[in-house]
Amino acid sequence: MASIALPRVQVVRPLAHLLCALPLCWLAAHAALDLLGANPVEKAIRFLGDWALKFLVLTLAITPIRLLSGWSVLARYRRMLGLWAFAYALLHLSGYVVLDQFFDWKNIGYEIVKHKFITAGICAFILLLPLAATSTNAMIKRLGGRNWRRLHYLIYLAVPLAAVHYIWMVKAGLAQPLTYFVITLLLLGCRAVYVRRR
Amino acid sequence: MLIRTPNPIKSSEITPRQVYLGRREMIMGAAALGLLPASLRAEPFANLARNSFSASEKPNDYKDITHYNNFYEYGLDKEDPSANAPGRLKTRPWTVTVDGECAKPGTVDIDAFLKESHLEERIYRHRCVEAWSMVIPWVGISLGDWLKRFEPTSKAKFVAFKTLYDPAQMPGQRSLSSFHWPYAEGLRIDEAMHPLTLLCVGIYGETLLPQNGAPIRVVIPWKYGFKSIKSIVSVSFVEKQPRTLWNDAASNEYGFYSNVNPTVDHPRWSQAKEHRIGEFGRRPTQMFNGYGDQVASLYAGMDLVRNF
Repeated sequence: MASIALPRVQVVRPLAHLLCALPLCWLAAHAALDLLGANPVEKAIRFLGDWALKFLVLTLAITPIRLLSGWSVLARYRRMLGLWAFAYALLHLSGYVVLDQFFDWKNIGYEIVKHKFITAGICAFILLLPLAATSTNAMIKRLGGRNWRRLHYLIYLAVPLAAVHYIWMVKAGLAQPLTYFVITLLLLGCRAVYVRRR
Repeated sequence: MLIRTPNPIKSSEITPRQVYLGRREMIMGAAALGLLPASLRAEPFANLARNSFSASEKPNDYKDITHYNNFYEYGLDKEDPSANAPGRLKTRPWTVTVDGECAKPGTVDIDAFLKESHLEERIYRHRCVEAWSMVIPWVGISLGDWLKRFEPTSKAKFVAFKTLYDPAQMPGQRSLSSFHWPYAEGLRIDEAMHPLTLLCVGIYGETLLPQNGAPIRVVIPWKYGFKSIKSIVSVSFVEKQPRTLWNDAASNEYGFYSNVNPTVDHPRWSQAKEHRIGEFGRRPTQMFNGYGDQVASLYAGMDLVRNF
């Protein structure tokens, strides 16, 4: 069976990468054709943030889905989804720093301190940094599986923080940001139940 | 009160007439062929006077002004109003009821109003509370001149405005149930009577499109955009400060006055700078949106941090 499963992963993996890159391609194409509307900077930044959060939630969903369905193959895609989430988060933050603020570090610092939605967003991003940095096999080996796993519990903090960042940003229409937040809590709740049963 | 008139705008800074005439021909052509519903048609006004209050900045593109809108009756996204309002909002017949503390209350028909009014163009800066801004060539008349016809009494301390309430025409009034519909706004009587305050019926020399608050709205250029209420059907002279939709929704974030003020942040974001649509980066926001010379005296002695 293993001889069959292996080529399947080899085929699926590039396809999965392609799928994860699709939103980025959509954005690039719309930006190139000037189809992002009157405020392309805001549109691009929100689009990237939205996809960062989608990928974060998807990453969190892998383990519960695996446990419920028994599809152990899913575990192979968790790191990939996490890294794509980080990529979208990095582009989202870069969009804010470069396109929105144009490297106005003084003002960026002020916003981080003064405005809680920016604070939550930057905290979520900072929590993702060590996770992305230790995502290689070599780093897992260096840290040891136990320490590595402990470090990566940070995602349990980062995702709800990212959802709160979204909730605090909107002026009205809490339905969508609250949906992300509730799904995040449900996914974390699944883990709590599983850990207690074990 | 000292009213300074800014430098007249250079004609080279305005969209060339043939450019918008060309677009107009295209729109009118499509309308004539029956490709566009009646409410989608923007019709040109004749003999517009340019008002001396006009800003000297370059107006934003017509496309941006008509496709980047906050009009929650038609959805939360900026593109929603231009997608959803045309075809839904019926702008004829349309009347505005004027009542309350005045000697001559009445109901005004929009077509009669347009026929008898000497419309003028005013190019105003428009600053949204969300920290973006535009420059818009509005068409209308001084709200104060119009209000005087109804002879407000000494009890008229405020003016309350209401948008149409009809969930069949404005689906957001049903789906966004957390708001107290209809949209309501208010001004102090001296703010309403101020010569800058505009009763507006058009943009770029043509009738307002539904997404911009057709057929008639108010524009107060020194206040955040949400004070400039759209598609009004009711104007009331009242003694007490009226309720407003955004103040009801979040009184700590949206004050009754909501004067543009770079030194008083929104609780959740900075108001010091703004993103001018069509530009890159952010420019500093001006006190009273740059209309301080004309309006600062209205608020002499007031604590603008508390009365945000």
